[in-house]
Amino acid sequence: MQICRVVGTVVATQKNRKLEGAKLLLVQPLTLDDTPRGTTMLAIDSVGAGIGEKVLVVFEGKAAGDALRRKAAAVDAAIVGIIDAVEVHA
Amino acid sequence: MQVARVLGEVVSTIKDVNLVGVKLLVLQPLAASGEEVGKTLVALDSVGAGVGERVFFVRGREAAFPFYPAEPPTDASVIGIVDRMDID
Repeated sequence: MQICRVVGTVVATQKNRKLEGAKLLLVQPLTLDDTPRGTTMLAIDSVGAGIGEKVLVVFEGKAAGDALRRKAAAVDAAIVGIIDAVEVHA
Repeated sequence: MQVARVLGEVVSTIKDVNLVGVKLLVLQPLAASGEEVGKTLVALDSVGAGVGERVFFVRGREAAFPFYPAEPPTDASVIGIVDRMDID
């Protein structure tokens, strides 16, 4: 799982049937010191996350489908938690 | 599977119900030499690992298997604590 920041929403009227009703968010992966790392990705939201929040994102198809509670959904990333704190002891 | 150092923990109150009660660990993957390699990640703990310990973890769909019959949505899980590694 990766620590990411929600940076946007995506609206799509025409989409795969399995994605109907699913909230799509743009997430930016972060390093431990909160600097952006790599490219922005699209993830399904299953926990009610909002823009600006730090979230936990799974990048794996089965896990993302489980989070969406749908079998054989065409997804490969899902937000599975809203992060309160990251406690790193260096 | 890969060896990693546990750097810390992630605290999350609002999360998928299948993640409730599971510890979330921040990992830094390591090379056999002990050198840090690749990106940090967050993994589920299935063995009671703690901060500072050297562990090994599995990636992918199989990361949910240690929690069977529960199916937490995860792409990485810590599945062992390393006591010792002997390298020639």
